[in-house]
Amino acid sequence: MQATKQEKIDLYRLMYRIRTFEEQSFVSFNKGLTHGVLHLCIGQEASAAGCIYDLKKEDYLATTHRGHGHVIAKGADLKRMFAELLGKETGYCRGRGGSMHIADMEIGILGANGIVGGGVPIAVGAGLAIKYRGLNRVALSFFGDATLNTGAFHEAANLASIWKLPVVFVCENNLYGISVSIKKACALDTLANRSAGYNIPGVCVDGNDVMAVREAANEAVERARNGEGPSFIECQTYRHMGHFTADDGKYRPDEEVKYWKEERDPIKNFAKQLLDDKEVTQGGLDSIHDEVKTEIEQAFKFAEESEPGHVDDLLEGVYNQPAANQ
Amino acid sequence: MREIKYREAISEALREEMIRDKTVFVMGEDVGQFGGVFQATATLYKDFGASRVLDTPISEAAIVGAALGSALAGLRPVAEIMFVDFTSIAMDQIANQCAKFHFMTGGQAIIPLVIRTQGGVGIGDAAQHSQSLEAWHAHIPGLKVVMPSTPADAKGLLKASIRDDNPVIFIEHKMLYLNEGPVPEDDDYMIPIGKADIKREGEDVTIIAWSKMVVDSLEAADDLEKEGIQAEVVDLRTLNPLDLETILTSVKKTSRVVIVHEACKTGGFGGEVAALIMENAFDYLDAPVERVTGLDTPIPYAEPLYRAVIPNPDWIKKGVKKIL
Repeated sequence: MQATKQEKIDLYRLMYRIRTFEEQSFVSFNKGLTHGVLHLCIGQEASAAGCIYDLKKEDYLATTHRGHGHVIAKGADLKRMFAELLGKETGYCRGRGGSMHIADMEIGILGANGIVGGGVPIAVGAGLAIKYRGLNRVALSFFGDATLNTGAFHEAANLASIWKLPVVFVCENNLYGISVSIKKACALDTLANRSAGYNIPGVCVDGNDVMAVREAANEAVERARNGEGPSFIECQTYRHMGHFTADDGKYRPDEEVKYWKEERDPIKNFAKQLLDDKEVTQGGLDSIHDEVKTEIEQAFKFAEESEPGHVDDLLEGVYNQPAANQ
Repeated sequence: MREIKYREAISEALREEMIRDKTVFVMGEDVGQFGGVFQATATLYKDFGASRVLDTPISEAAIVGAALGSALAGLRPVAEIMFVDFTSIAMDQIANQCAKFHFMTGGQAIIPLVIRTQGGVGIGDAAQHSQSLEAWHAHIPGLKVVMPSTPADAKGLLKASIRDDNPVIFIEHKMLYLNEGPVPEDDDYMIPIGKADIKREGEDVTIIAWSKMVVDSLEAADDLEKEGIQAEVVDLRTLNPLDLETILTSVKKTSRVVIVHEACKTGGFGGEVAALIMENAFDYLDAPVERVTGLDTPIPYAEPLYRAVIPNPDWIKKGVKKIL
């Protein structure tokens, strides 16, 4: 698949934006500014960027506890994201949801999710609505390797397949479910092979190669839009940090972590490729870095300066009050 | 007014709402050609086709989860979970997802979703097909819990549930499906969610019940009248939101209360109602609040055994006499 120079720069910027957001989130966690732990996706930016870059605003996605990257790639407002992490009224969920529940219904983000496997049937339901309403949209379901062993994934994948729903299942295989190696949790060598059991075409890609991810995702999205049903993509990747911000990830061998950070970093490697191909100069990259850092600083400042989530109308938010015709 | 069966009232409500609003659809196990194991969706498949009456695999979590996803993407699903016992298999989607999405997205997510199911003791269905699990669902903020006792209430409340922009757990009772009663034919006939109904007026004692226990309570009240006792029967119809005002008005009038439910006693919703009466009308009571409930046991299979563990009109009469 041919990509324009501008597209490559956009993808780089997007991955860099995700990483910088996560780094700033970690800083704010360490300062005690966030109200809970965070599941950072540093190291996994390519799968978010590659899968989502070409989606349209009206397409849907449902993601996981490690969902900041997907949400940013879909176009979420960084100010409202930071504000949510800081529990502010201006946050996406007014401080009611936090990191694991960021959603933006206006741009098809049907929520991150705190339950492993919980978002998969929801994405399939969005796929059902797309087909029912005759829309030319697609629903992406992001989940980690550990989700493959939940019943909800199995039920939802089967449903998507029998009804030929426009869904793309994206399994971000970062090799660990918290501390447990996928080798101990799953008998498959290649997780994408699981999809054969549902008669869903599956591919395994280098999840840290943003162009490879993009190509696989766009093929799957095209199938979905053409009414050919769901696809499954395994993105092999790695999280640089622990499962959450309070986890130092010591259950992983040092050399393994070092390998993924130094040899397989999706951003570093893509920068090198862009420089080698003379698509961009170091000066060009530096100015992207500066622009993104400014954007992140401003977004975080907005969050810090916002007022805390309101307490007085908490109970009014349990139900949608103006129930129709009642 | 013409009389129809409870299950016909259910399918009539579905039919009317599906005609009125193209985004309303039905999904669940055997709801299509088969018409549902209790025939509550009978003929819908023939009239609306497979695109709006969706037979699903036996995948309760996916049924509820997909219903939720479809609601977030512009539809108004009515998902059937064949037995309330099977909501246990979909509980993540019900309790963690459907119930909380509106709140935890800061009000962004609007979830017009109905889960139709049925519960209660039937005819030898044994322990995994006979439970009354309304207390589970009423315990989760974010869900509405509706339990109609008559065909008219079933129709009016189901239509209101479908038009409601919140997740509603609509629990029918398997022994009510064949009961007949007058049901309005008006397309906009609805019963508001959260309004109890006084099914019978009386001055001596208030019997609070819901679902099939309303029928048993009315039978008990007829017998009690012959003995000179005037029982008022309050049908809650909706457990969440709860119509506390109607409960308290009746309690203040009679000063004696019997709460009747088929579910087992411990952790049952009757305890919640009793506590609310204590908190809000203690000074009006002339006797302790009495509970007549199922026993704390799984539901047994054989008829003499299952009859021994759930309330009947005799139990209710005894409960009334105990506090008079």
